[in-house]
Amino acid sequence: MSVLNSKVPKGPIKDKWTTYKDKINLVNPANKRHIDIIVVGTGLAGGSAAATLAELGYNVKAFCYQDSPRRAHSIAAQGGINAAKNYQGDGDSTYRLFYDTVKGGDYRSREANVYRLAEVSTNIIDQCVAQGVPFARDYGGLLDNRSFGGVLVSRTFYAKGQTGQQLLLGAYSAMNRQIARGKIQMYNRHEMLDVVKVDGKARGIIARDLITGKIERHSAHAVVIASGGYGNVYFLSTNAMGSNATAAWKIHKKGAFFANPCYTQIHPTCIPRSGDYQSKLTLMSESLRNDGRIWVPKNMDDVMAIREGRKKPTDLSEDERDYYLERRYPAFGNLVPRDVASRAAKERCDAGYGVNATGEAVYLDFAAAIERYGKEQAKIHHIENPSKAKITELGEAIVEAKYGNLFQMYEKIVDQNPYKTPMMIYPAVHYTMGGVWVDYNLMTTIPGCYCIGEANFSDHGANRLGASALMQGLADGYFVLPYTIGDYLSDDIRTGPIPTDTKEFDDVEKEVNDRINFFMNNKGTKSVDYFHKKLGKIMWDKVGMSRNATGLKEAMVEIKAIREEFWKEVKVPGGANEMNPELEKAGRVADFLELGELFAKDALTREESCGGHFREESAEEDGPQKGEAKRNDKDFAFVSAWEYKGEPADAVLHKEELEFKDIELKQRSYK
Amino acid sequence: MNLTLKIWRQKDSNTKGQMVDYKVTDISEHMSFLEMMDVLNEQLVNSGEEPVAFDHDCREGICGMCSMYINGEAHGPDRGITTCQLHMRMFKDGDTITIEPWRAKAFPVIKDLVVDRTAFERIQQAGGYISVNTSGNTQDANAIPISKHAADEAMDAAACIGCGACVATCKNSSAMLFVGAKVSQYALLPQGQIEAADRVRNMVEQMDAEGFGNCTNTGACEVECPKGISLDTIARMNRELMKANLK
Repeated sequence: MSVLNSKVPKGPIKDKWTTYKDKINLVNPANKRHIDIIVVGTGLAGGSAAATLAELGYNVKAFCYQDSPRRAHSIAAQGGINAAKNYQGDGDSTYRLFYDTVKGGDYRSREANVYRLAEVSTNIIDQCVAQGVPFARDYGGLLDNRSFGGVLVSRTFYAKGQTGQQLLLGAYSAMNRQIARGKIQMYNRHEMLDVVKVDGKARGIIARDLITGKIERHSAHAVVIASGGYGNVYFLSTNAMGSNATAAWKIHKKGAFFANPCYTQIHPTCIPRSGDYQSKLTLMSESLRNDGRIWVPKNMDDVMAIREGRKKPTDLSEDERDYYLERRYPAFGNLVPRDVASRAAKERCDAGYGVNATGEAVYLDFAAAIERYGKEQAKIHHIENPSKAKITELGEAIVEAKYGNLFQMYEKIVDQNPYKTPMMIYPAVHYTMGGVWVDYNLMTTIPGCYCIGEANFSDHGANRLGASALMQGLADGYFVLPYTIGDYLSDDIRTGPIPTDTKEFDDVEKEVNDRINFFMNNKGTKSVDYFHKKLGKIMWDKVGMSRNATGLKEAMVEIKAIREEFWKEVKVPGGANEMNPELEKAGRVADFLELGELFAKDALTREESCGGHFREESAEEDGPQKGEAKRNDKDFAFVSAWEYKGEPADAVLHKEELEFKDIELKQRSYK
Repeated sequence: MNLTLKIWRQKDSNTKGQMVDYKVTDISEHMSFLEMMDVLNEQLVNSGEEPVAFDHDCREGICGMCSMYINGEAHGPDRGITTCQLHMRMFKDGDTITIEPWRAKAFPVIKDLVVDRTAFERIQQAGGYISVNTSGNTQDANAIPISKHAADEAMDAAACIGCGACVATCKNSSAMLFVGAKVSQYALLPQGQIEAADRVRNMVEQMDAEGFGNCTNTGACEVECPKGISLDTIARMNRELMKANLK
């Protein structure tokens, strides 16, 4: 019998959430004033949760490491947010969004959570429009939609290429209203360094003021972790430089199970790495695959000629190009889901067909789209026999209107004009589907400690569809947590304020101070980045886009060795009682060095291929699906939830069996 | 390439700062400006010195965290970008580069190149929102059609990343482009009309209380804005304020 209880309500899937909401305990408005909630992280999940909980009347303390909640990394999401509005009348529905999300996640997510997500998706769009989020509209004044990978309908709402920014600014504005009312106390430039439990329940945190270095105690009746994903375990990713796993990892070490760490999304369209000095990778929105065609040269001679600068990509004729996604997946073509597109790029590059000096790049070409749009425009404007130059000019104007900011960004970084020559792209770590295990209420295995947004594991299974991260963050924060947390807090109406001058706070504060003092006093010789880069290389080489047992076992040993070296040799300059970015990084990298090993262990245990997790030992051996990922539902249709036991290698596995009552398990075919 | 850097070093807000010279070598033209700063800091850490503190996070031009004043220009010598998007190909071997924090009374220095921009937070808290609770039963998102033109213009104003380049570059340290952008976004949308008068009055009052200067229409803010926010937003804010005061 598993110790995990997902607490999924009984009854038909489409009624679960409604029935559940009708039956839960509520806290009356007068009592909410006596209840405090801590929210760590102010991205889409944390920001929307903090604002909504404060509107409801709770006293919220919100924390972010940036100088403003508006700068959380949700801000960088480009393409859009999904919702089952069916404004396009193309057959979308709650069920279809649910189905696409479960299928896209390769049948490794919890059905009831995903259905609820699809159900509240429409409320999100209504809420955001009411807040003044300037979504794109068509000429009739109604909301416009675009299409994203892995689905056959247009359900993605967007605000130019800055959808995440606009949604986050919406949540930020809702927060500001509550900060002004005094219902949210905002702690900018603060980092949570540990959680404090009293009688087994989460009752507070220890945080560091990043300006003064002061260690602070904060208490509350519940703690909500909304600190995002752990993609920076790879050192190079599309995450922000400060994105870290510390809050999530600290609650894991205090009793929260960590689920499916090996499910990582490698996004297919990022700007390739250019050198060893590189500090991060930049994503180009998946929406580009609506109009861009992905290819590499068919012949090795052309590959070499391009690498050596003897030929340009535009010199190659159509039949000298291999549009490998269109070739392998005729039904979905360039719009296959992210995991499939990334592996296909790796397959071509591993075979030697990569087109830049590092051999790690493929082309994303807009020439066909420019021509198609140009001809269409010529027709609209009654231009007869337009010249090729005219068609290009008209077509480029349309492409610029759709993707102008992305093209500009590419040109600034790479110094090439993507209107004239194809973009070069390569997959990069982007999002982590795994995270802290939560039940249907979004509560972790620590009572009173919740986890929302990317930081939890719940909705995307083994692979996330494009434009679903924003949807999940806002669903959790606006529409799910505010209900479920009330059910728990209804027991706390007579508890009164939680004191911070107790042994529990003393003990955790001491642990935090000890670690900081260690860093300040260690006489090491190597910088924090030295270790982070070393960890990242192992993760990318052995726990990256494709994995095998030998590599994973090596990775576990090597990561442990780096961790031991880190604790001997790390050097942190400056002082503890001042702004000290190196000290901040040291704490985060120390946690990544543990998480990375658990990640490899999880990948080793999951002897199947599913979604973003591809095990070389588990591929289809023949038939039309030859070489594609082979899932094993008989033995692996479960969530791996890891319990901390000291060393990451000693973590204990708990299984939450996944039941699929409303969807038939099938092989995920995009052919 | 090899470069000389003149960088503002200041221990904390109470200590006097000064310019300090550093040398960096073998800088690739493909590096971003902040990657060049990483090279310098790695060099400083390895030689036992304290690295230069600077704000940065997303490194893709959208979070608004990075804030350097480079060779006398906010976000350095290129247009339509933040410092993290500035590349070393804009500089030449042997160049001397001067790097300072944002300079404005309302943005005190915290350490080295890091400044305190919480004045922007307080302006937003004074009225940068539409008062609508999260309920799940607001009206349908398509209930009020909004002309594409107005929606696009609202989006252009909403693109502000709150970096503060407009303030840093303005000889009066005015925050009018920042405030104008937020006021404009809501003024252009039907949802923003109900609270329009109070919003503009409260935000402008807070802006003045924070010690930002006035606008004298030199337009430097528009030139340096990484997101191309237009001076029109300032005109619209003034119009909104006048409308509000005539009520």
